[in-house]
Amino acid sequence: MIGNLGRIGPARIFVHAAVLLIVLLWLLPTLGIFVTALRDKDQIVASGWWTAFAGSSRTTAARLDGPDKAKPDGANFVISGTLAVEGGGKIQSFGLRVQEPAAYKAGSPAELENGETLTINSDGSYRYQKNGAFGADARAKRVYLTVATPPQFTLDNYRNVLGGEGIGQSFINSLTVTIPATVIPILIAAFAAYALAWMEFPGRAILIALVVGLIVVPLQMSLIPLLRIYNEIGQLFGVSSKTYPGIWLAHTAFGLPLAIYLLRNYISGLPKEIIESARVDGASDFDIFVKIILPLSFPALASFAIFQFLWVWNDLLIAMVFLGTDKDHLVLTAALNALLGSRGGNWEILTASAFVTIIIPLLVFFGLQRYLVRGLLAGSVKGG
Amino acid sequence: MFSQIVSAIGAMIFGVAICAAYFWFSNKLLDLIFPAREGDDVHRAAVNLRRRGLIRPWLFLGPALFLLVVYLVYPVVATFILSFYGPDGSKFVGGANYLWALNDTEFRQSIFNNILWLAVVPAACTFFGLVIAVMTDRIWWGNIAKAVIFMPMAISFVGASVIWKFIYEYRGGTDTQIGLLNAIVQLFGGTPEVWITIPLWNNFFLMVMLIWIQTGFAMVILSAALRGIPEETIEAAVIDGANGWQIFWKIMVPQVWGTIATVWTTITILVLKVFDIVLTMTNGQWNTMVLANLMFNWMFRGGGDSGRSAVIALVIMVAVTPIMIWNIRRANAETKGR
Repeated sequence: MIGNLGRIGPARIFVHAAVLLIVLLWLLPTLGIFVTALRDKDQIVASGWWTAFAGSSRTTAARLDGPDKAKPDGANFVISGTLAVEGGGKIQSFGLRVQEPAAYKAGSPAELENGETLTINSDGSYRYQKNGAFGADARAKRVYLTVATPPQFTLDNYRNVLGGEGIGQSFINSLTVTIPATVIPILIAAFAAYALAWMEFPGRAILIALVVGLIVVPLQMSLIPLLRIYNEIGQLFGVSSKTYPGIWLAHTAFGLPLAIYLLRNYISGLPKEIIESARVDGASDFDIFVKIILPLSFPALASFAIFQFLWVWNDLLIAMVFLGTDKDHLVLTAALNALLGSRGGNWEILTASAFVTIIIPLLVFFGLQRYLVRGLLAGSVKGG
Repeated sequence: MFSQIVSAIGAMIFGVAICAAYFWFSNKLLDLIFPAREGDDVHRAAVNLRRRGLIRPWLFLGPALFLLVVYLVYPVVATFILSFYGPDGSKFVGGANYLWALNDTEFRQSIFNNILWLAVVPAACTFFGLVIAVMTDRIWWGNIAKAVIFMPMAISFVGASVIWKFIYEYRGGTDTQIGLLNAIVQLFGGTPEVWITIPLWNNFFLMVMLIWIQTGFAMVILSAALRGIPEETIEAAVIDGANGWQIFWKIMVPQVWGTIATVWTTITILVLKVFDIVLTMTNGQWNTMVLANLMFNWMFRGGGDSGRSAVIALVIMVAVTPIMIWNIRRANAETKGR
C-alpha cells in the first residue's frame, strides 16, 4: 500500500538507514547487558562491553627460574622453562625494565649485556642463555610481558548468581506467583465474560460499564485499604498477611477488568447459531461454556494469558506490598531491585541477574508474539 | 531447592483446583437443587429451569464480582474516607492531609515531575510509534525491525533499570568509562557526567527508559490502524501529486486519529502509575520524585501515614477519572452499535 511511496532512490535509502539506526538504538542497551553478563568480571570494569569482541592487551610481570636451575649446554649455560600465561593469552613482546615493558618482540632472541641472550616465545616458553656460568648468588630474573588476550567469555557470572545471590530461589518464587496468577484470572474472567455476553439478567449493562471503568483505576488506590484487610485477616487466623494465595488474588483482581472486557468482546462475537442450537438441544449454560465457548475462545484466552503472564512476572509494586521482601518470598524483580541497592557496582552480578529475569518473558514474548499482538489489537490495554 | 519446587507446584495446583472446583460444584449443586429432568412434572421442571436461569449468571459472575468489589471498588471508597483521617486511620483530622499536600515541597515537586512525564512520554511514544510504523511498513525487513522495537515490552521495568543504569554508568577519576553514554560523550571530547543526579535533566533520562519500553506498543497498534486505511485515498493523493510528507500528515494521520487518541490515553494512564523506574533508578532523589513513589514512601515511611498516602492516591485517581468516563462512554456506544 505505502510501498509505492518509496520507489524513488534517495528516499528509499533514507528509510532503510533511519530504520536501521532506530533498530540499533533499541537493541544496543539490551545487547550491553547480554554481552557484559558473559564477560569476566575483571574485564567488565577494565573496558567497555563494546570492546569485548576485540580482545585486549595488558602488561604483566613474571620471573624466570633462578641460576640454580641453569644447565650447561656446550660452552654456554641455559635456563629454560615456561611462564604461565593466564586466560589463553599470547605474549606479544617482553622487556627487562618496567619503563620498557615491550622492548623486544616475542619469538626472536634478544641480545642482553654480559653475553646473555633471552628468547621468550608467544606461548610462554623461554630460553635464557649465557656464554659462561651464571653468578651463583644472582637472583631469578624479572621480566615484563605484554600479553594479548583474545575475547573471553564465561558462564561463571550465571553460576554465581543462580547459586549464591538467591536468584535461583527467586526464580522459583516468581514462577509460583505467576502461574496461578495467570490461570485463575482467565478462568474467572471467562465465566464472567460469558455471563455478560450471552446470559440475560437484570443489571447487565451497568456491570459492563463498571468493568470498563475499573480498567483505569490506579493500583495505588487499592494498596492501603487492602493492606489493612490483609493484616486483619492474617491476625484473625494467626497467619502471616503475606502469602501466595494473597498475591494470587491481588493479581487476579487487578487483571480482571481488562480480561473480562477483552474476553467479553471476543465471546459476544462468536456465532449466535452455535450457542442457540446447543440450548435447543438441552445443554445447560455450564455445558455450553465448557464444551463450546472455551475451545472456540482459545485465541483470545491465549493472548490474555500472555499479557497477564508478562504483567505478573514483571510486577514489582504488588509483590513488594503483598508478598513482602523476606528472602523466602522474594520475586525476581524485587531481588534484582535489592541487588541494585546492595551490589550497585558489581556489574557481573547485576547483568547476569537481569538476564535471568528477562529471559522467560522474552521467550514467551517471541514464542507467542502473534497472540500478543492479536490481544493488543483486540481493544484496550492495561497499563502497568 | 527440590523441596521448594515440589511445594511450589503443590501450591499452584491447589490454587487453580479450588477455583475450578468452585465453578464445577456450584453449577452441579444448582442443577441438583432445581432438577429439570425428563419425566418430572412438566410444570415444576419449567419453574426450575427458570429459577436456574435466574441464579446461574450470578454463579458465573460471583468470583469476578467479589474480587472487583473487594479489590477495586471498596478501596476507592475506603481511600477517600482514610484521606480525612490521621496517620493510623483512627483520628478524624478533616482536611489537614489536603492542606499538608498543598504546602509540601516534595508533593509539589512530584506534581511538577508528573506533569513533565505526562507532557513528554505519551507524546514521544505516539510520535515515534507512528513514524516507525509508517517506515517499517515500507521496507522488506520491516517485521524484523518491528520485533526488535517491540521487544522491550516484555522486559520488566526493573530489568530495564539495570539495562539503562549500565548505559548511564559513570566512573570517576581516570577510570575507563564503561557506560555507553559517557564513552560516547568522551569520544566527542565532552566530560563524563553522573547523569541521573543532574536535577531536571535526570527526569528526562528516566523518561527515555519508558519511551524505549512503550514505543513498540504504540507502533504495533498504529501499524494495524495504518493498514486499515483504504488504499484509494492514498492512491488518489499520489495521483494528485502529493509528496510523502503531505500524504503522512494530511491523509494518514487524520484517518488514524481515533487510534492515536487510544494509544495516547493508554500510555497516559501508564505514566500516572509509573513507579518501578523511579524507585530503582533514583528512589526519588535528586528531584525525580513522582506521585506514585511519594505515595509508596508515605505508606511505609516511619511506620506509615495512611492519611497522607491516601490523599496522594486520590490525586492520581482524579487524574484518571476523565479517561475513565471517556472509556465508559466509548464502550457504551460500541455495545449499542452491535
